[in-house]
Amino acid sequence: MSSAQDVLPGAVSLPVANASLETQHAVEQFLYRQAEILDDRLWDDWLALFTPEGHYWMPAAPEQMVGEGQPNIFYEDHYLMRVRIGRINHPNAWSQYPPNRTGHVVSNVVVEAEDPSSGDLVVRSKFYVAEYRNDEQRFFAGKYRHHLTSGPDGYRIQLQRVDIVNVEGPFDYVLQYWI
Amino acid sequence: MAGGNGFNVDDLVEPDRVHRACYVDEEIFEREIRHIFHKAWIYVGHESQVPKAGDYATTVIGRQPVIMVRHPDRSIHVLYNRCPHRGAMLCSQRAGNVGSAFTCSYHSWQFKLDGKVRHIPIQNGYDNTRFSLDSPDAHMKAVARMEVYRGFVFASLSAEGPDLKDWLGTAIAGIDDMCDRAPEGEVEVVPTCFRMVQKSNWKIFLENQLDAVHPSITHTSTGLAAQKVEQEMLAETGQPPPLSYHYISAFAMELDKWGALDVVGHPNGHCVLQGYMGLRPTDPDTLEYEAVMRKHYGPERTEEILDVNIHHLLVYPCLSIQSPLQQLRAVRPIAADRTLTEIWHFRLKGAPEPIYRRALDYFYLVNSPSTMINADDLYNFRKCQEGLQSEGGDWVSFHRNAGQDRVEGGITTTNIGFSEAPMRNQFEAWRDYMTAETAS
Ligand code: FES
Ligand SMILES: [Fe+2]
Repeated sequence: MSSAQDVLPGAVSLPVANASLETQHAVEQFLYRQAEILDDRLWDDWLALFTPEGHYWMPAAPEQMVGEGQPNIFYEDHYLMRVRIGRINHPNAWSQYPPNRTGHVVSNVVVEAEDPSSGDLVVRSKFYVAEYRNDEQRFFAGKYRHHLTSGPDGYRIQLQRVDIVNVEGPFDYVLQYWI
Repeated sequence: MAGGNGFNVDDLVEPDRVHRACYVDEEIFEREIRHIFHKAWIYVGHESQVPKAGDYATTVIGRQPVIMVRHPDRSIHVLYNRCPHRGAMLCSQRAGNVGSAFTCSYHSWQFKLDGKVRHIPIQNGYDNTRFSLDSPDAHMKAVARMEVYRGFVFASLSAEGPDLKDWLGTAIAGIDDMCDRAPEGEVEVVPTCFRMVQKSNWKIFLENQLDAVHPSITHTSTGLAAQKVEQEMLAETGQPPPLSYHYISAFAMELDKWGALDVVGHPNGHCVLQGYMGLRPTDPDTLEYEAVMRKHYGPERTEEILDVNIHHLLVYPCLSIQSPLQQLRAVRPIAADRTLTEIWHFRLKGAPEPIYRRALDYFYLVNSPSTMINADDLYNFRKCQEGLQSEGGDWVSFHRNAGQDRVEGGITTTNIGFSEAPMRNQFEAWRDYMTAETAS
């Protein structure tokens, strides 16, 4: 089991790329737009944010390095995300009556790495989410780490890692969709 | 017999219906803690959670915080998580390693890994007092009984009662099924435990595990969504969807197929739901696994093992086990309307990696905090709990197929997957526990 030191990885200084203001602005807008899409439950737009091989990943432990072959809170490709969307949209998704409503704030956006030739980025940021459903409000906070590909239509998510601060739980009810 | 005040257990449980008070009454809940959870064998953990000397894992038995710890002589001890000095918990984390001794963070009393006192500072302060190192009060207290069956550690806070094997009885087949599927005959825990809080009574969760009517209704949205994506995947990639999709699309199986399953009631409230997922596919991974199995067990025994058809084993009152998928959910009641489940999965020792991946996929899709399956179960449980508060009716009905059970040697078979026999079986055990004269 981990000692107090290794559950506080803040001691490690994380890399920072020397990104241009333009890149910084573009990527911030992308992250804000993603948050908005989630809050507005625009599921087609959500899927379109990801590359065809893109994954949404919420590890089950802060020290986890890969999603594949490990227990995760979320680890979903396009197909699994489509199952989740199909469920939410189904008239018999009982726990969607009433549906949950969320409000995301994304901030502290730092471009960690930039590939000078492709323009692909690694970006970390912080988020805060309030979720409301059935007279109850919950809060989630944590950090995102996006691996973004850069193309003519803007950025696409190759991998989005989501670390929530309360990763060990216990979870009071489930996460019906992505944070 | 009468409870503390106001209720009589015998009035609450009839063969085919139970009073709603069983789920909502706080006084009944307190009695359940003392008469059931502080008496029965309760699952503590798996010994692979504590492989090295000094490794520990904490949990609760009823209301009692306990520590499961590995001793240098390889034995496992289950101790109350309480310092004999002034009562501080000795381990405040869910798991860790204490080294060669427990050291209390308050005044540094130290205890060996079997709980015996090792050192108390300022010894001379105890000269001419009533306190002595020879007194049991100087040591950490061990639970009354502890037994390990094939790596699964159970404890009972009561000195009396049947031993673990007798108590599990015929239901032991479910634990054997999980372990036998490992070529080496053992499972190993994957050290990620998902913990979910349910806003409902612990019995609602257990009853649901063998409710073969609910899946095609409760889980229809997820089942159908998965079916649709299975078809899309086949069309888009030309590849058949991975088995993991079947885990969730199977929930949309038509109602009458569920009815063809069997539910079996064992003594002491344990129950089994016969399998339905068809987990013996003939893909190369499965064939490779079966070849490994034959190497370890020989062809005949391998067939016997793989033919066991258990989907769910309920070890009443503390465990739901899915042996063919190596999953386990431990039930920790918090209040009449609140239950914590600790969810684990295991590796089959000696099995190829793709076989582990199946357990992992199920763990993700059904048992993770983002589960699309339990999302609807948990919501139903909560609605039951809230509905049962109402005085719109006193009884919970378990009438379906009542009187049609066949009982032989203490085992109830139904041949009717829809029968509410498992709920009746659980409440029979509940009544026995609750009316017994002595609590621990
Ligand atoms: S309470 Fe543990 S040493 Fe004092
Ligand atoms: Fe269910």
